[in-house]
Amino acid sequence: MDKTFNIVISGVGGQGLVTLLKIISQAAFDEGFDVKTSELHGLSQRGGSVEVYIRFGEQVFSPMVPKGQANLIIALEQQEVLNGAQFASKKSIFLINKYQTPTLAVDVGLDEIKQRLADVSKKVFVIPASEICQKKLGNEVVSGIYLLGYAVRKKYLPLPMKSLEEAIKKTMPEKFWELNLKALHLSKT
Amino acid sequence: MQELTRLQNERVILMGNEAIVRGALESGVQFVSTYPGTPASEIGNLFSEIAKNNDSIYFEFSTNEKTALEAAIGASFSGLKCLVAMKNFGMNVALESLIPFGYTGSKGATVIIVADDPSCHSSAQSEENSRGFAYLSHIPVLEPSDAQECLEFVRLGFQISKRFHLPVIVRTTTRVAHQKAVVQTSGLPKVRPSDAEFIKDKHRFVTMPPRVMEMHQELLDKISIIKLFVEDSDVNYVYGDLSTNTNTKRAGIITSGVAYLHVLEALRMLGKDVPVLKLGFFYPLPEQKIKDFIKPLKKVLIVEELDPYLEKEVAALAKSANPKLVIYGKNILPETGEMNPEIVAGAVAAVVRKKYVVPQSMVEGVKHFPRFCSGAATCPYWRVFAAIKKAVPENTVFGGDIGCYMIAALPPHNLYDYMFCMGSSIGIGHGIAKATNGQQKVVTLIGDGTFFHSGIEALLNAVYNQSNLLAIIVDNRITAMTGHQPNPGMGKAAETDAAPEIKIEEVARALGVKNIKIVDPVDGFDELVTSIQEYYPKNEISVIIAKRICALLEKRQKQ
Repeated sequence: MDKTFNIVISGVGGQGLVTLLKIISQAAFDEGFDVKTSELHGLSQRGGSVEVYIRFGEQVFSPMVPKGQANLIIALEQQEVLNGAQFASKKSIFLINKYQTPTLAVDVGLDEIKQRLADVSKKVFVIPASEICQKKLGNEVVSGIYLLGYAVRKKYLPLPMKSLEEAIKKTMPEKFWELNLKALHLSKT
Repeated sequence: MQELTRLQNERVILMGNEAIVRGALESGVQFVSTYPGTPASEIGNLFSEIAKNNDSIYFEFSTNEKTALEAAIGASFSGLKCLVAMKNFGMNVALESLIPFGYTGSKGATVIIVADDPSCHSSAQSEENSRGFAYLSHIPVLEPSDAQECLEFVRLGFQISKRFHLPVIVRTTTRVAHQKAVVQTSGLPKVRPSDAEFIKDKHRFVTMPPRVMEMHQELLDKISIIKLFVEDSDVNYVYGDLSTNTNTKRAGIITSGVAYLHVLEALRMLGKDVPVLKLGFFYPLPEQKIKDFIKPLKKVLIVEELDPYLEKEVAALAKSANPKLVIYGKNILPETGEMNPEIVAGAVAAVVRKKYVVPQSMVEGVKHFPRFCSGAATCPYWRVFAAIKKAVPENTVFGGDIGCYMIAALPPHNLYDYMFCMGSSIGIGHGIAKATNGQQKVVTLIGDGTFFHSGIEALLNAVYNQSNLLAIIVDNRITAMTGHQPNPGMGKAAETDAAPEIKIEEVARALGVKNIKIVDPVDGFDELVTSIQEYYPKNEISVIIAKRICALLEKRQKQ
């Protein structure tokens, strides 16, 4: 078995999935890893279900995370974790933003979500990232960055915080640095 | 994205489409034209930024893919290095000019990017496989697997085009175009501002019989020479070692595009060492290399997305090279949808007789349907569809088209009764109206960008052949869905804020439409309802332009 680290981020279009992908892949690259990612654009971006993949390790082949191999699954919308879970193993860590947007079909409540994940993994964490970011930073758009900082701090994502700080600076215009760096460190406070 | 022009010899992370742009820059590209279409859209977006501050690169968002290709053909005939980019259906639009371009060949080296979308992640029309254009056009086709190859294959495409005077197609898919990976870049050549000149050469550029028959033969002759080049090319190579291939019962794999990466992933998952022939060229194929590869094998697995083009070619070659060869392909792999590592692992495992169970998740997923923007930037289309529901009976036939407003096909609207391709809402609606003697009323929806792309021709036909449909043109002042590219209705173009503004109502009037109204669907909601009601019973064609800026664009302009 190889040691590629596999991340699946699921959410709805417009939540900044591609921004997270950019930051994490830049940080992994700066740490000397081979990196491959895959993202989706176009119609799906208009509020529809989207998932992106980030893989890093010594040598990465496919840009798609193989099923059963996700190490870390981040859901920026709580129901979307059920899509990310398609890639889970017993060891997968789930970080779920406690935030719901209607599917316009059948919606699934948080209890039901937890129940469906109970047999999948024991490491399922629901975090009110949107609420915290809105309250503390006045902007919930950085909730993904908050979860990223959380993952690094808890060592769920094997990349140093310093690299992620640098990656934010490398991948974003300067006017967004302050907000995003604050969000990255917010879970510490 | 000016960073792309600043890179030197560096290792960086690039998206496939960024690597394509970089490859074109490293080749000294001078003329770039495109019509936006996912998953190729970023190529145009990047070049529109790059060309703004660059005297040596001309860039345009053309009005459709055919005019984009034709612009490049003209520039190529004038000696410039050209890049054209489009999505797969765009090539259908451009096809009429693609075929004779093979006959005349290129003068300035020309590379055409065409991006496919297996699984239709962002395409509503079909899973069209652009590799098939090779058979129609006899134009060489390269298939990159990763971002590095996107860069290298564009460079190779320019080299081949320069040497053999033929355009070259580089075909990507969503998982290549929107893949980010580590890429090694090279330096940029110095490109001087163009002093291009069209030098008359009727023998070369005029396709008329009987000369056109000679040109056809010349094209086939070029391809036979390119075949020799392809046999020697290192973009077709064997990964792994045939001689150590003992424990896999003399099996081999032939693959191309992103499927190659899934194959390597699958072999690692299975802990198997099977030789892989990786094909960078789809057309022409390195036939001898394939024969040499399959000769010692007992069985071969062909891993390719969508149609079994390679599989059929290998089967034909095996007849002489290895008649007993057992060929696996679409008998154990899907012909629809994209592939992924576990699908490929399942097929490889079956061929090498290893136990492997494709992991199945027990968790039931969810589906957020795409929707019109709401909240801080609320899409004006919400009001358009509310007005339609209010104004016309439910048994109306609703025709949809390609753009953000196609979201009305989904819940909660569930509106459209047919939806096809760019411009077809009016074209097909006309046919329904004629077939039913105008008894079944047709209301069609088309956006400003799509109207300029190919709605104009359909409207002309509907006026000329006198049908009674009501065409609602939702004009949000930009080509929105593909990421906000300018179109002829805006008074802006790629390199200038002072382009002629083509007014949709003037176009409609010039085409002969008598009933025309322009209404703001938000501020003039009631007027929109009464306008639809007024035009609906008319027994001639009517056009309502629901004109209101895209809310996202408005928000961005204020920022």
